[in-house]
Amino acid sequence: MTDVTGTTTENDTRYDFGGDEFVYVEISAEMSLPAHFASLAITRRLREEAIPGVEEICPSNASYMVRVDPDRIHPRDLVHELQRIETDVGSAASEDPDFVVDTRIVDVPIMFADPWTHEVLMRFRDRHQDPTGTDLDYGARINGYDSAESFIDALAGAPYLVTMMGFVPGLPWCFQLVPRERQVEVPKYVRPRTETPERAFGFGGAFAVIYPVKGAGGYQLFGSAPAPIFDGAQEQPDFAEEDSVVFFRHGDLIRFRRIDQDEYDDVRGLVDAKQWRYRTRPVRFSPSRWIADPDGINAALVGELDR
Amino acid sequence: MSIVVHDPGLETTVQDTGRLGHYAIGFPPSGALDSYAYHVGNALVGNAPGAAALEAVYLGPTLEFTADSVVAVTGADIPVSLDGEPVPTWESVAVRAGQTLAFGQLAGGARPYVAVAGGIDVPTYYGSRSTYTLVGIGGFGGRALAEGDELSLGDAAVDPRAGRRVEDADIPEHPTTAELRLLVGLHSYRLTPDSLERFTSTAWKVTPDANRVGYRYRGAELEFVPREQPFGAGSDPANVTDCGYPVGSVQVPGGVEPIVLLQDAVTGGGYATLGTVVSVDRDRLAQTKTGDHTRFVPVDLDEALAIRRDRAARLDRVRSSLA
Repeated sequence: MTDVTGTTTENDTRYDFGGDEFVYVEISAEMSLPAHFASLAITRRLREEAIPGVEEICPSNASYMVRVDPDRIHPRDLVHELQRIETDVGSAASEDPDFVVDTRIVDVPIMFADPWTHEVLMRFRDRHQDPTGTDLDYGARINGYDSAESFIDALAGAPYLVTMMGFVPGLPWCFQLVPRERQVEVPKYVRPRTETPERAFGFGGAFAVIYPVKGAGGYQLFGSAPAPIFDGAQEQPDFAEEDSVVFFRHGDLIRFRRIDQDEYDDVRGLVDAKQWRYRTRPVRFSPSRWIADPDGINAALVGELDR
Repeated sequence: MSIVVHDPGLETTVQDTGRLGHYAIGFPPSGALDSYAYHVGNALVGNAPGAAALEAVYLGPTLEFTADSVVAVTGADIPVSLDGEPVPTWESVAVRAGQTLAFGQLAGGARPYVAVAGGIDVPTYYGSRSTYTLVGIGGFGGRALAEGDELSLGDAAVDPRAGRRVEDADIPEHPTTAELRLLVGLHSYRLTPDSLERFTSTAWKVTPDANRVGYRYRGAELEFVPREQPFGAGSDPANVTDCGYPVGSVQVPGGVEPIVLLQDAVTGGGYATLGTVVSVDRDRLAQTKTGDHTRFVPVDLDEALAIRRDRAARLDRVRSSLA
């Protein structure tokens, strides 16, 4: 048996072991949609194959992880299976016109520059790159926007893809569907905050997130979502009907829609009455078509929500 | 049948084998940190594997039993008494209705486990009775025990019996310098070779930031290989494009304080990981405490799998000897 520890394949995919219980596969060190779709195509095929000993499959941004039962399959044998699948479906996933994702697009209201995250971020200025401004001002400046307003327009101007779930239950990592030169990128705080409000809208690296629960965090704080994304008691209809405590799923498309305080309060009222429902529409997403015409496909996707 | 909590100890939680199968949506497994002590405890009181038990840390709880039962305390080296009379650990003990189990001062290790015939009966949440306090789910009300709590006991004990005893050779020792075997890898290439060598040659000190989420250590500074950061990772040299974290993986934010992620940790994030502690040795880690020292000893995959097989065989042998 060849030793595959830390080996890379022709496509520069790295295979490695996370102790005796995990196999870690890094398609690419940098985030890109082709790397993500390769991870998606491989993990989808892996799930279909139902290989004994594959206990959990965790797709992520430009990598994926498998929890393995080494008493049922040797992790090295599993790596050989994963390399076979990669050769089969991985490298061309984003060019293959037959590779499509049947998913949904979700309308997610966000109040940018809200008072709750503002209060917290002002308290933690000593841990930030720019102690004099706000996180929005800083994000706008380093990404070349002339104001927080135009920066918010960009953040809310194109849909996102949920490319990873985790950190804590229900947190979606969201990657904006725009060409690389238009993608926002910000560093995390110099030292993480010990406090982040529940439902804060944050940004770190190339990813937007909503924090499901309050807690520590290092992402730049840009706004607040009025609607829950984690519902431990499953009180809201969306969560009760799906019998799930988390709302988002890997592969969801999201439109972050800018709202004002009046709409924020309206949504909170529905949440308090346990009557909140997300607006969602089923959509089919084709990576190859999106790469050929990103703005056209984005308009069509978002258009589904407004029909 | 129930247990009344007179004193909860420091942070006592209900735990079982964990909440597996939901890692991909962000649920860490939770579950007993010292899996050996937990499993042996259940075997001592005649429970089926997987019954929920109590995990305490540093200070044990004070518990009154409302009905006759059988209990066993395993894990940390700590004196235990029943109505003030000393009782042995790693041995099943009969308890009569109205008696109170209490703990003395910790002599070694960090976490005692209390197994009770029938198991602690709390509702299952996503398939497990384990407490995950970070989001407040599972266990007893999603939290650590508090004074006045009343815990129900299950009635599914297969064969409760007092007087079962674990052989001395099968009782782990708890040295103040623990050796944790580690598979180097993941993003270990981000550290300079010198730093990687320093990581495995340093006796790391356990900081006060050591709990079910993870253990943080101090003892040396590690340096990252300079590079232009890949798109999506963020600008800090310790950052990588956010990815999944194996349970037991080690990360070094800022290069100064390595963190080993444990059963209640975040499931993913953007810090470079340099390797993973083998699953069996999370038991040893769970019995270390603030101020103790820890060394990380590199092993390869085959050694890691052999360690795992040895542990499974040992547990099988202990279980048969108690059956």
